[in-house]
Amino acid sequence: MSLIQEIDFGTPIRIAERTVTLTIDGEQVSVPEGTSVMAAAMSRGVKIPKLCASDNLEPFGSCRLCLVEIEGRRGTPASCTTPAENGMVVHTQNERLAKLRRGVMELYISDHPLDCLTCSANGNCELQDAAGEVGLREVRYGYKGENHLDDVKDESNPYFSYDPSKCIVCSRCVRACEEVQGTFALTIEGRGFDSRVKPGPTNFIESECVSCGACVQACPTATLIEKSVIERGQPEHSLVTTCAYCGVGCSFKAEMRGDELVRMVPYKAGQANEGHSCVKGRFAYGYATHKDRMLKPMIRARITDPWREVSWEEAISHTASELKRLQAQYGRDSIGAITSSRCTNEEVFVLQKLVRAAFGNNNVDTCARVCHSPTGYGLKMTLGTSAGTQDFASVDYADVMLVIGANPTDGHPVFGSRMKKRLRAGAKLIVADPRSIDLVRTPHVQADFHLQLKPGTNVALVNSLAHVIVTEGLVNEAFVRERCDLDEFETWARFIALAQNSPEEMEQYTGVPAKDVRAAARLYASVKNAAIYYGLGVTEHSQGSTTVMALANLAMATGNIGHVGAGVNPLRGQNNVQGSCDMGSFPHELPGYRHVSDDATRETFQALWGVEIDDEPGLRIPNMIDEAVAGNYKGLFVQGEDIAQSDPNTQHITSGLLAMECVIVQDLFLNETAKYAHVFLPGCSFLEKDGTFTNAERRINRVRKVMAPLCGKDEWRVFIELAHAMGYEMDYSHPSEIMDEIAALTPTFAGVSYAKLDEMGSVQWPCNEAAPYGTPLMHVDRFVGGKGHFMLTEYVPTRERSGPRFPLILTTGRILSQYNVGAQTRRTENGFWHKEDVLEIHPFDAEQRGIVDGDLVSVVSRSGDTALRAKISDRMQPGVVYTTFHHPGSGANVVTTDNSDWATNCPEYKVTAVEARRVNSLSTWQERNAEEDVSLRRVLEATPDAAE
Amino acid sequence: MTVPVAWDENLANELINERSGLEGAMLPILHALQEKFGYVDSRAVAIVANTLNVSRAEVFGTISFYHDFKRQPPLGRTIKLCRAEACQARGAEELAAHLEKSEGVQIDGGYHNGVRVETAFCLGNCALGPNALFDGELFGKLDPQSLRELFAAASRKAGARQ
Repeated sequence: MSLIQEIDFGTPIRIAERTVTLTIDGEQVSVPEGTSVMAAAMSRGVKIPKLCASDNLEPFGSCRLCLVEIEGRRGTPASCTTPAENGMVVHTQNERLAKLRRGVMELYISDHPLDCLTCSANGNCELQDAAGEVGLREVRYGYKGENHLDDVKDESNPYFSYDPSKCIVCSRCVRACEEVQGTFALTIEGRGFDSRVKPGPTNFIESECVSCGACVQACPTATLIEKSVIERGQPEHSLVTTCAYCGVGCSFKAEMRGDELVRMVPYKAGQANEGHSCVKGRFAYGYATHKDRMLKPMIRARITDPWREVSWEEAISHTASELKRLQAQYGRDSIGAITSSRCTNEEVFVLQKLVRAAFGNNNVDTCARVCHSPTGYGLKMTLGTSAGTQDFASVDYADVMLVIGANPTDGHPVFGSRMKKRLRAGAKLIVADPRSIDLVRTPHVQADFHLQLKPGTNVALVNSLAHVIVTEGLVNEAFVRERCDLDEFETWARFIALAQNSPEEMEQYTGVPAKDVRAAARLYASVKNAAIYYGLGVTEHSQGSTTVMALANLAMATGNIGHVGAGVNPLRGQNNVQGSCDMGSFPHELPGYRHVSDDATRETFQALWGVEIDDEPGLRIPNMIDEAVAGNYKGLFVQGEDIAQSDPNTQHITSGLLAMECVIVQDLFLNETAKYAHVFLPGCSFLEKDGTFTNAERRINRVRKVMAPLCGKDEWRVFIELAHAMGYEMDYSHPSEIMDEIAALTPTFAGVSYAKLDEMGSVQWPCNEAAPYGTPLMHVDRFVGGKGHFMLTEYVPTRERSGPRFPLILTTGRILSQYNVGAQTRRTENGFWHKEDVLEIHPFDAEQRGIVDGDLVSVVSRSGDTALRAKISDRMQPGVVYTTFHHPGSGANVVTTDNSDWATNCPEYKVTAVEARRVNSLSTWQERNAEEDVSLRRVLEATPDAAE
Repeated sequence: MTVPVAWDENLANELINERSGLEGAMLPILHALQEKFGYVDSRAVAIVANTLNVSRAEVFGTISFYHDFKRQPPLGRTIKLCRAEACQARGAEELAAHLEKSEGVQIDGGYHNGVRVETAFCLGNCALGPNALFDGELFGKLDPQSLRELFAAASRKAGARQ
């Protein structure tokens, strides 16, 4: 195994209809029009020396190393800034050019430290390579002239170091920050010889930098370099794998020294991220080897007992006998499992198979229940498939983006950067969000409309947008007539045209001025390509599914389905939300979203699995908890999820867990749920897995094992062994065989295999005989189910309303540096940016309550109360407060209620009526929780290892 | 030239907002700030950035690019002495050396008797060089005598202000 080296063409290979043909060093080369001479040369393997060029950046022409001769032209133009033209005859190497390049190189090296042997970039330095390529043998200027060798390092960022003494001021970092990331945090200070790269008037950590790593990746020297490389040295081999954070699903090269991970480098050929990354995927992997990792199976009789480490054999046989005992005592349906959207498709598939085949019921649900279950429902009802319609690249062609209930620059940063790039190029933006998220206004991006609605009024807003489209004659009739069910459309159009749905009427609920809604609707309907992007701000409501359908209606009515630049696009929260849903994690659906009551589907599975499958849907997570409280549900297998922290109304969840007799937690850490567990099975980090994740664009990406499981067992093997112990046999020797079974059973996956994934890099489902190379764009000529279905979407206000006791509305969300319950990111240096969850509150509300910035504030709802530090913020609207739930002690979900989406039970995290007031101490729940953090997590000190 | 006033955030906001609609508003804004306060205060960076919806780094980078934008309040008055090619041809270098010697001021150094002498590169008056600029007024055909007088006048004005 060796280090994967990707070709750098120096400048982007353009997309153009016409190609041009030129001669480079005597060879004919054809490239798309607009491509540079440098990239044309590299496309034939001719590398022209360069320093300031990189193919993810626009050409700049500053280093003067890539000079070439072009016959018939004067001088020696820079090949990076010279577009290739028909008939050009280019010479990249001759004595004159060599002399020029050596001269330039001498100037660079005269102001560069000569410490190559001890430099952290040694072996991976473009300056070093270029010096070699131009044949530098002496520096006639000497090294004693004016220089920058005493410039002071900036080590303020926890992940990378900036050493200006090694900087050649090629501006690649500055340009990467602008063009790729879109943050504009870097600049060149001064001019001429004094020029220095600078993160504005401050150091890196205090600057606007978001630590995406694009500058570090762009740097051709050791000026900007990962601290992990400084500490560990250059990696020697690498494997391409997929990030385990958000639903963007970025491809990374895991660069290793032996079995130690040196760094994660975004993979240019990765089709989801195209070489970009964010602070989480790029740097926040330290949790994988954190000392908190639990590596041995453990059991205990009661949750107040200390944990006892046991062998895998004992853990599995104990678990199996407990589950069998419960079924014997309380019935077949008294146990079930929750699959994790962070695990691989293969692991999820095998776990749901374990439930359906070995437990003999359909009590399997997934954490997507609490995030994107309304997406599954809403898009299936309207468009016919429970998935987004586009690939990420589609946004490059969007003329208008409607971003609703999503905060891409924090939640999906790599895609957020891609959106910003398109917005800088002129696309229009409508943001519908109760908060002023960054996209509303961030350097060089400004939303044309910010529809700052009140939480819980999405349906009212989207209906009023649709009302304008229908009543102002903006419907794309040709599309509707050809592609959609016409009767349903007419029923819908009559409904939506009712005065009750007009922006003027809805304004009383949404708080959004009707004229803005009208203007935004006209903008959305006025362009060829209008794209909808949404997130949990749409789904996590009492009418989550209704909003999803309302958005699909909007897209169909304007013909924004089935072509590039348009579509309805859910931004998925976790790395494998799409996949875990695809894999049959819902209690009513077998893999591929086929209902368990469908005889033909069940028969397919029964034939292969050799068991009877229950034709009745099983329990959803909230039902499992309710049934547990009622005494009917006794055993739960929780795969890589922390319901005691992430699910709403914590105290209800924990009372459900307390009522069970066998809770099995499989996780990297002793998480909050594990405090209530009787069996703990250590899990594997994504670095220890072979498998696949499916991202928000239905892209199936390979996850590759770069180190052996630290706990000694692959997760999927645990399910096989547990099934065996319970009397059901399944057998796989590698996850690829699991994928083969998935493909055999699921029509949308029929063409998927590891061989194909290795060959293509990734593939977007449906991938089958009709689409052997996958489907980047869905519903192109017809909807998957035939016709598009307009659904009636009447606005029904949530029961959760502010009133005299609870005058504020709490809405919850995420921030850039932390991820979900924080189990991973809290165990990395990312904690630097977000040490605790805070309550964001508008200055007006704060003043009314005498709250100042930093005060400890109690947040009380009818579910419970917790205390958080206040942060006064005018990103909020008056009457709305905001917090995150990245830290378990914050208890944000102690406050949220068990209200949920009418169709899918997705919790209404985004709307909780609360009151906030200053307090002197933490809440009773927080104090008890802190005690239980110790009392319910004790481990018997069985071995010296455990005592460490 | 108006006498610089002390940093005043409201005033700065006013100057910035008045110009924020201009095409390429950054430079006119920075000039207006410098004109009013005698320098561009570091506190202006965030305000300009926010108003123009650019990053703080971009504003900072622009300020730092032009030597003409000062980052500290002025301690006296400034004479800009042209030392570009045309003025050089007409004796600007000798004139500069003379001034340093006779007045003890270091060109592009600190303040001396309340005056700082700064190199400029072309004031657009090449036919009549060597040239200098003081208080918005152009002085051409300078010789050692007239430059010394200009320096003395600048020094008096600087003193008068204190």
